[in-house]
Order: sequence, then C-alpha cells, then structure tokens
Amino acid sequence: MPTLTLASARSPFRDEFAEELAIRPLHSGDIHASFQFRTVWGVDLLQATDPRFLRYAILPREIVCTENLTPWKKLLPCGSKAGLAVLLKSEKLFHSSYFSQAVHIRPVCQGMHCTVPSWEMRQTLNVVFDLYTSGQGKREWSMFKIKIYVDVTDSPQGELFELSPPTPLLSQAVVLGDRRTYSVYDLTDPGTFGKVRSLNLLVRWKADNGDMLRPLLHGERYVAGFGLQTGEIHTLIYNNHPYRAFPVLLLETVPWYLRLYIHTLTVTSKNRENKPSYIHYQPSKDRLRPHLLEMLVQLPPNSVTEVTVQFERALLKWTEYPPDPNHGFYVGSSVLSALVPSLVAMDTNITQEHPLFSSFFLCKEESSYFMRVYTEPLLVNLPTPDFSMPYNVICLTCTVVAVGYGSFYNLLTRTFQVEEPSQSLAKRLANVIRRWRGVPQL
Amino acid sequence: LSIRPVLSDPEKQRGRSAAVAIAALVIAAGIPLWWKTTETYRAWLPAARISELEALQLELRVEVEVVFARGTLSPEQQKKVPASRITYESCCKSKSLCLVEADHALHTLTETSCGSVVIYIIPEASALLPQDMRVYVGRSRTALLRSQVASVVGAGLPEVLAALDPQMEQVLQTMSFNHQDVTAALTDRLRPGLSTRDSLADSMRAFKSSPGYEITFSLLNPDPKHHQLHWDVEAALDAYIYPLLHKMAPVANFSVDSQILYYAVLGVNPRYDASASAYTLSADSLAHVINPVEARLGSNAASSNPVLNFLLYVPDSLHSPLIIRNDQKQEVASNAFHSPRWGGIMVYNVDGAYGNDTQFPVDIAIDMSRVMGVFLSQLRLMLGFQQTGAPPGFVLEAAGREGVAEWELDRLLWSRSVENVATASASITSLAQLLDQIANIVINDNIAQQVASAVTALQAAVAELEAGNLALALEHSREAISASERAFFDPSLLHLLYFPDDQKFAIYIPLFLPMCVPILLSLLKIFREVQQHRAEKRAKRD
Repeated sequence: MPTLTLASARSPFRDEFAEELAIRPLHSGDIHASFQFRTVWGVDLLQATDPRFLRYAILPREIVCTENLTPWKKLLPCGSKAGLAVLLKSEKLFHSSYFSQAVHIRPVCQGMHCTVPSWEMRQTLNVVFDLYTSGQGKREWSMFKIKIYVDVTDSPQGELFELSPPTPLLSQAVVLGDRRTYSVYDLTDPGTFGKVRSLNLLVRWKADNGDMLRPLLHGERYVAGFGLQTGEIHTLIYNNHPYRAFPVLLLETVPWYLRLYIHTLTVTSKNRENKPSYIHYQPSKDRLRPHLLEMLVQLPPNSVTEVTVQFERALLKWTEYPPDPNHGFYVGSSVLSALVPSLVAMDTNITQEHPLFSSFFLCKEESSYFMRVYTEPLLVNLPTPDFSMPYNVICLTCTVVAVGYGSFYNLLTRTFQVEEPSQSLAKRLANVIRRWRGVPQL
Repeated sequence: LSIRPVLSDPEKQRGRSAAVAIAALVIAAGIPLWWKTTETYRAWLPAARISELEALQLELRVEVEVVFARGTLSPEQQKKVPASRITYESCCKSKSLCLVEADHALHTLTETSCGSVVIYIIPEASALLPQDMRVYVGRSRTALLRSQVASVVGAGLPEVLAALDPQMEQVLQTMSFNHQDVTAALTDRLRPGLSTRDSLADSMRAFKSSPGYEITFSLLNPDPKHHQLHWDVEAALDAYIYPLLHKMAPVANFSVDSQILYYAVLGVNPRYDASASAYTLSADSLAHVINPVEARLGSNAASSNPVLNFLLYVPDSLHSPLIIRNDQKQEVASNAFHSPRWGGIMVYNVDGAYGNDTQFPVDIAIDMSRVMGVFLSQLRLMLGFQQTGAPPGFVLEAAGREGVAEWELDRLLWSRSVENVATASASITSLAQLLDQIANIVINDNIAQQVASAVTALQAAVAELEAGNLALALEHSREAISASERAFFDPSLLHLLYFPDDQKFAIYIPLFLPMCVPILLSLLKIFREVQQHRAEKRAKRD
C-alpha cells in the first residue's frame, strides 16, 4: 500500500510513509528509474540541533554494493517484503550504468505554522539501466507491478517510444526547472490493472534519433601535470543556460599531503580572468586536517569556467603508506551548490500534492531551484619510497663498520716481529746449482 | 735457512694488553649501552598489591537493627536494651490497621541506609500478623518478626538474642544475601559444581554486570493488511518501566527505544490444536522462534552495551489465536516466554476484536498495561532480581509503583558488587601475569595509571563491603571494573608484541658478529698462551 499511517497519542501529527517510482526513457535506449521513499515521524526526535555545527565527511575510496543496499532496505517500514522495494533486486540493480542511493534526514514543518517540528527521512535510489547490459538487447523494457510516473515529454505523440498499456492520466510537474509531462499509473486505483492483478509496463522505442537537453549546471575535475613532485587540479564548471548568469558555491576539501599553492589559484571563464566574489580558505595542518577552499564564482551564461590550482606532493612517513601504495591516494569530490534559474515558472505552494521526486528541495522562489552537484573523485600517486631500504641500510652500515673496526682492531693488536727475508726462488735454484758445481753459495 | 728470532717480549705484551683493553671496553661500556637503548618502555606496575588481590578474602557485613516491641521483653531485659525513642504502640493497637500501613509508618520512623536491615520483634499474641505468618517483609528494608521467646523467664538479654538468632538469620538470608547468591555471583572465578541448580539457572539468566544496558521494545506485525495496530508505548514506558530504571540508576545506565516491524514472521509454523481450537507453539519449538526475527531487530552501533529485546508479537489472521504451551502441555497464562540473556517475547491475540465480515484493515489498540506487566516481570528477571522462594511462614510484600522493593534492590547490589570485585580482580591479575610473561609488551604511563586506580578502587570496595556501606562499595566496584577493562583492552599494548626472532637476528648479526669474533679469538689466544706459559713454568720447576 502506498501510505501507512500510524497515530500516536502524544502528537497530533501522524507518522506517514509514501513511496514513488519515476521512470524516464532516455534517447539512447537506457532507462532511468528513480525510487523515492519518504517517512515522516510526528515527534521531535532530536531536541537540540545547533545549525552552526556542520560536519562534512567523505569516503572517496568506498564503492557501493549489495552490502550497502541491504541495510538501506531495512530502513523502510516493510523492508523488501511489500511496496516498491520488492523491485529492488541487487543482481539487476548493480548490472547498470549508474547507481546512486541516498538517505536524507531532516526536520520539516507540518502545516503552515511550524509549531512542532517533525522529522522526515527520505530514501532515494537512482539507477540507469543500460540497454545492453540488462541482457535483452532489444529496445524494449518492461516492468511489472504504487504510483508510477513515466516521463513522456520527449515523445508526446509517440514518435520516440510507445508506452503500453496506455493511460489517460497525464500530469505535469516541474522537475529541475523543466516542465515535464508524466503518464501516471496509480497502483491504488484498481482500474489501472483491470482483471489481471499485475501491471506490465512496456516501453518500445521507435526512433533512434533525438538529443537530450543538457543539464544547466554540471562539473568535471581532473589532475594535470607529470611526474611525482608537482601537479595541477583543474575543475571545470559548465553553465549551459542560454542567457542567464548565476553564482555557484564551490567547496573543495583536499587532503594535506597534496600541498596546494593557493597563490597559483586562477579562475577563468571564456579565456578571461573571473575573480570570485568570496573566497574562504583554511590551510591544512600536516596529519591533522585537510585544506578547505570555498569560493563563490559567478558563471557567465553559456560558458565553461575553469578553476586551477597547483600542488606539490608530500612524502609521507614510512608507516603511513597503505598496503598497496602504488594504487594511489584518493581525493574526495568537490561540491558545487547553486540556485539555478529555471526555464519555466515553478509552483511555490507547499500544501499542494506534489510527486516526491519534484519536492525534495523546497522552492521559495518561482524562478530558481537549488541544485547540488558532485564531481568525480581523483586518484593521485604520491612518491613511494623503496620499502626494502631499511634492510639495505642496515646491511651496508654494518658492513662498513665491521670492515673499519676490523682494520682498526688488527692494527692495535698486531704484534710485529723482525724476520729474515727468505731467499727468492731464483736464488735458491742458483744455490742448488752452485752446490752441485762445488762453488761457494750466495 | 731462515732463522726466526724470538719475539721481543714488550711487543707481545703491548698486543695482549691492547686486546684485553678493547674487550674490557666492549663489555663494560658497549653491552650496557646496547641493552639500554633497545629496551621497551615499561612503566612500573604495583605488582605486590596485584598479587595480594589474587588471594582476596571478601567479608560482607550487614548492619542490622533489632527493635523489640512492648510485650516481647520482660522488664529486667528491657533495662539492658538501650532506650529507644520509637513509640509505635499507638499505630499497632487498632486491629483494622492493615500490614502495609504499619510497614509504611515504621519506614518513616527510621532512616535506613543502603544495605542495612531493620527487624522489629513483635509479641506472639500480636494481631498484626495473621496466625500462620511468622515474618512479614515490607517494601523497604524492614521486617516484622513474631517472637517466640516471651515465655523465657529470667533469661538475660544475650540468651534472648541467641534464641532469636536462627529466625533472624533466615530473615537476613532472604533480604540480603545467602551463600547461594554469593557463589552464584562468583561463578566465573569458582570451580563449577559449587552452586545449586536453581542459583545456576538464575545466574545464567541474568545479564552479567555491565556499565550500561540497552532495552528495545518491538511490536511485530506480520499482517499489516488485516491488522492496523496502535500502541501507546511512550506512555506505557513512563508508567511502568522508567520508575524501575530510575531506581536502578546507581547500578547501570539504561537507554530505551522502541520500534514497529512489519512483515516480521516467527521462525516456526504453529500447529493447529483442535481441542483448544487454537494454534499452539510447544516449548521445544520456542528456541527456533528468535533467529529469523533477530536479523531485523537492529541495535545501536555506537555502544557495546548488552541489548535486552522485548518483542510483542500479534499473530496474523490466519494463525489466530496463538497460544504457548509449556513442558507439561499446559497453557502459559501470560502467553509469553523469555530467553536467558536475550529478552522476552509475548504473543498478543486479537482475534476477539473483530468478526469475519469486518472491513480490513482493522484498527486495534493494544492494552499496554497487560503487556507491560509481563515485560516488567521479565525485565526484573533479566536484570538479576531473583525469583525468591520465600521460606515457609514468610510473606513478602509485593513491589509497589517502582516495580522493585528496596531490599530486593539491596540484594541485587550485594551480588553486583561481589561480581564486579571478582571480575575486576580477575582482569587485573591476568593482565599483570600477561605483562610479566611477555617481555615485549610496551606498558605506557596511562595503562600503569589505570591499573593503579583499578587496584585502589578494588581495595576501597573491599573495605566498604567489610564496613557495610553498600552504596559506596558498589560505586568503587564499578570504578574498578571500568578502569580494569580500559587497561586490559588498550590497543597500545600490542604495539611491539609480535617481533619475530629471525628479524632480530637479521638486524644484529651483520654488526655484532664481525665485531665480536676478533675479540673472542684474541681472548682465546691469550688464554692459551697463558696456559702454555704456566705449563712451561711448572715443567721448569720440576
């Protein structure tokens, strides 16, 4: 069932749960599926939260796998036994081009007055199923069995793909500043699936062409340079809005063993220098804390902004290297946060029913929406010492010391004796011949 | 022919003295220097006091105050007893006064400290206690004992007390501790076989002493499509569980949470019993119930405290009603069972709340008082309050709002203090032995400090137990246990633990072998020459 409501005698607000699935067929034949689960508790779980204390932590080396999916599913009220979570099978999910899962916990207001905060937990799972790795190879995708939204904006008259069974329910929602049209399959309405108790959703692609709208803000990051002493971190920020410029906040956390030279920090857009309106930099302390760099950069419309900073690689102590030092050291991704101006007007009325995927960030203004983008993590090689050197040093020094000491000892304790030199071989031979001849010897 | 001249003596002397001087320098200065620079840092531990702990003798002292009521002693005996300022006769005169009120009135008259017991001796003919009752134990460390020595005339006070001794001992064994309790608390340290079966069962059921516990209440709903359950767990916890936990604050810290699990099934399929027209779970299948549920229960990842789980299971509509049968195939009245050192499970049947044709899902409100009563009694067992089998003729007052009487808490404190002292001394002595045997372990200053404070706290706890101050003894014993655990499990102890011998040789041999071999050889040569010289001298003399 889509919603589970439980009354608690203490609070007038009830605990709620809602779940949703949004499907978007992409032009290349891939399917993007986004699962959203929202649990709201009507009580104040943590009485004191001071927003001045912000902690940010990142584990760039970790990869997400079934071990993370299983406890994530356990956080749902019915686990994987009922509801949309039944569809989350790890063999299918991890055979995909892109996978992302998240848990967000935050206090929310219920109603307009916000007298008692209630706590909301949102779990989202985004996955892009690749056409070819899902093993079918045909340009067809089906799933069965809640409210399911299928994005049909790209094919209003059925040119790009055909959706069956057809549904008369169409709804429009604004997602990320873009107005999109959705066909809605409401699983609570028994009319949706007729006599058969399962819904078999089939998407069949017809055409092969068409390109997608690029996202208005995205970023890339890479390491340039050669050798194991210096390097350069380049961060590229793309603004694809045709005519609006907007500011973006860039947060970079670089570990202490990449010593950044902040005097070489340059920000260029369209080959001209772009001075950031705000820079906050906290230098690193060796082995204690990393570099923290925060900048507010104004992005010109339809441009690429490049942020470069040079760094030097540090030599770590012998015991600080991980077991496989030549694999490299990970640097966490940088975070871009921005209020992106939207191409269409958005609805700021919070009391109206919105699909979950469009209502994650509350929009206060009609004309822009909040977005947070993460770049890729970096893998950087540090100069690695030769770990057999301590043994070599021991052998060499001990040999030198032993040889030196030996000679010294020898000199001190050697006793000298005077000795008659013995005759050489030639003389001895000559003496033998002389004896035989009877001539006096040498 | 070449003639080898005789060696000049001063030259040989010089050689020999150089060799001996170098050898002396190496031995006198080199070896101590090498030893000092390669030793591991070991802070000083109080080894003498630790070895004393091994042969620790515990003496437990209970302060008992005996108050004689009017009519129990003859006037001459009364003169011997120190005058008491208690005037209680007025409250016990009226027949209609019930026992509880008398107990409460008595409690307000004297201030009892933790661990002490007050026994009031009342005359045999008193109507306060019913005929067959000899002793009444109240809610707060007082007991009323019906005396049978009034008829002894001419006996002095010591004889009266001696005659009362066996009865008082019985009272004290019920209220404070007896031999079984103490041996049960020491089961870790003593050989098995010394404790009785009941006390062994009791000690295996209760959790070991720990600085904190986590209690989780879970509602299992395997059938959300038919049953929509509501339970007001916060109010129920406030009313039933929190008073007990507040009372137990000196013993341990508690953290309580609750959750609701959907689609959680038990691990066994109950069998339908037509005679009772219900599904039954037999006693031997109960062991398999917990496993599949346990994976979903979850616990606090941030703490290592033991977890007590209390599950309330509402059977699904297909398997309702569900009853539990014990070993004798009889229905268990509370429909609940508990697992030692894990928690308890109660089955709550709701089939009576709706008929066949109701609209599903049905809203059902759970009667928390019934549920909490069962859980509270299970919680008491888990925490170590024993089911005291009262001796015949005794009546034990039921616990009031707080769920536990003062003397019951005192009993727990006695056994906990003893257990803590035993565990802490075991940790400290084994740690000291370990550090002694393995010379490679680095002992930092903080470990030495923890060990010293643990030993001090232990000795203080033992002293307080001897003096009879139970609350202080418990505090010291808790301190001792936490310090000893911290010292024992410190990660810095393992720093140089494993240093393979072949690596040690690989480092030392390239340096020391070339240095020592010439020294040894020259010393041998000198020694042989001296021996030869002596032999020649002897031959010359002869």
